[in-house]
Amino acid sequence: MKYISEYRNADLVRGVIDEIARTVTRDWVLMEICGGQTHAIVRHGIDQLLPEEIELVHGPGCPVCVTPLEQIDRALAIAAKPDVIFCSYGDMLRVPGSSDDLFSIRAAGGDVRVIYSPLDAVKIAQENPDKEVVFFAIGFETTAPANVMSVMQAKMLGVRNYSILVSHVRVPPATHAILGSPENRVQGFLLAGHVCAVMGYWEYPDIAKKYDVPMAITGFEPLDIVQGILANVQQLEAGRTDIENAYPRAVTFEGNKAAQNMIAKVFRECDRKWRGIGTIPTSGWELRPEFDAFNAEKRFDVDAITTDESPLCIAGEILQGLKKPHDCVAFGKECMPENPLGATMVSTEGACAAYYKYGRGVE
Amino acid sequence: MCLGVPGKIIEIDDSKELRMAKIDFGGIVREACLEYLPEAKVGDYTIIHVGFALSLLSEEEAMESLAMIREIINLEEELGEE
Ligand code: SF4
Repeated sequence: MKYISEYRNADLVRGVIDEIARTVTRDWVLMEICGGQTHAIVRHGIDQLLPEEIELVHGPGCPVCVTPLEQIDRALAIAAKPDVIFCSYGDMLRVPGSSDDLFSIRAAGGDVRVIYSPLDAVKIAQENPDKEVVFFAIGFETTAPANVMSVMQAKMLGVRNYSILVSHVRVPPATHAILGSPENRVQGFLLAGHVCAVMGYWEYPDIAKKYDVPMAITGFEPLDIVQGILANVQQLEAGRTDIENAYPRAVTFEGNKAAQNMIAKVFRECDRKWRGIGTIPTSGWELRPEFDAFNAEKRFDVDAITTDESPLCIAGEILQGLKKPHDCVAFGKECMPENPLGATMVSTEGACAAYYKYGRGVE
Repeated sequence: MCLGVPGKIIEIDDSKELRMAKIDFGGIVREACLEYLPEAKVGDYTIIHVGFALSLLSEEEAMESLAMIREIINLEEELGEE
């Protein structure tokens, strides 16, 4: 299809990788923020084609992976209630909570439904007025426009049995947290192209300057990714720290204003805990108090949650670029996609799942 | 869920509360909400996230960046042949 095949052209990809090899003179560590890019990199073998001076570490941009355990446990508690229809994006179903996952709640008779768009959940609420319909509103800036529209829609249509369990996270505070850490190794960033398609990239120049780290807005096809890497390497070698847009066909500096405005109407910033990483200030979105009626945490009494994470799981360090999946003792042994100990082994955006699927570090 | 997928707008329906469209993803057709792209027209390419069109794909920018890449690569081949 148009806009895809050219960006998968192996000759062009190889040509850009050759250019990276000609440009690089010393070792550099780059992080791709987005888990979708992690999967594309490993799937197309880009990590193995790059000159050895370039090391890619994998970022926290996997919504399923960073949704905190408390919030999963809360989802499980709500989904297990008899009068609730619990709606979720498909990738959340196998994410392990402290003792269960949504699949096992469904197997035990809970009404858990996978939906494609949150508007479907509003429709389900309209069709089931005697049930409470709860949607698990997780994700980064890419799912926020859809999730807030579902609340607006429910409000406009007077749907009273619809609420959302919010666990939203934002990328810029996470880049602050990674770069500000004393253990940080990241010298350049591939910024998540679709997050920037929504939010623009006006928030990043200050971060790049503050930490003296170049960044490139990067798409998801192989050619997009190697271009983002080249843009970083060129800047690093030249001692520049700018933001380069290596995905201009989809991303503008301002982003999608209509979406940003709607998000600001429904959500406000909050501190948010990231699974395995900890609380990052202002890194989340929550519903504004005007929308309390649509806030599942207010509607259901599920506050007394104590969580229990697998002691083996090092996903938090992996998501900050400090370790790789095969550094985990459980990787491919106790922890496998069929029986995951951590969320990064579940998701189609999780680094552990990518390494396992494409045989990195597995004998 | 977080991954955006490019598709082509093949039909727009303005008759409901929300502006909706039919999107062709290389043969598979699905519905998506166009509220965030009021300027979108039939024939445009867009990136869809969980049933919402969030950005238009610019053909001009796409062509320009491909031309730029070809230039980098040709330049390299020329230098290599010397
Ligand atoms: S392999 Fe499993 S246990 Fe180890 S870090 Fe990844 S998700 Fe956690």
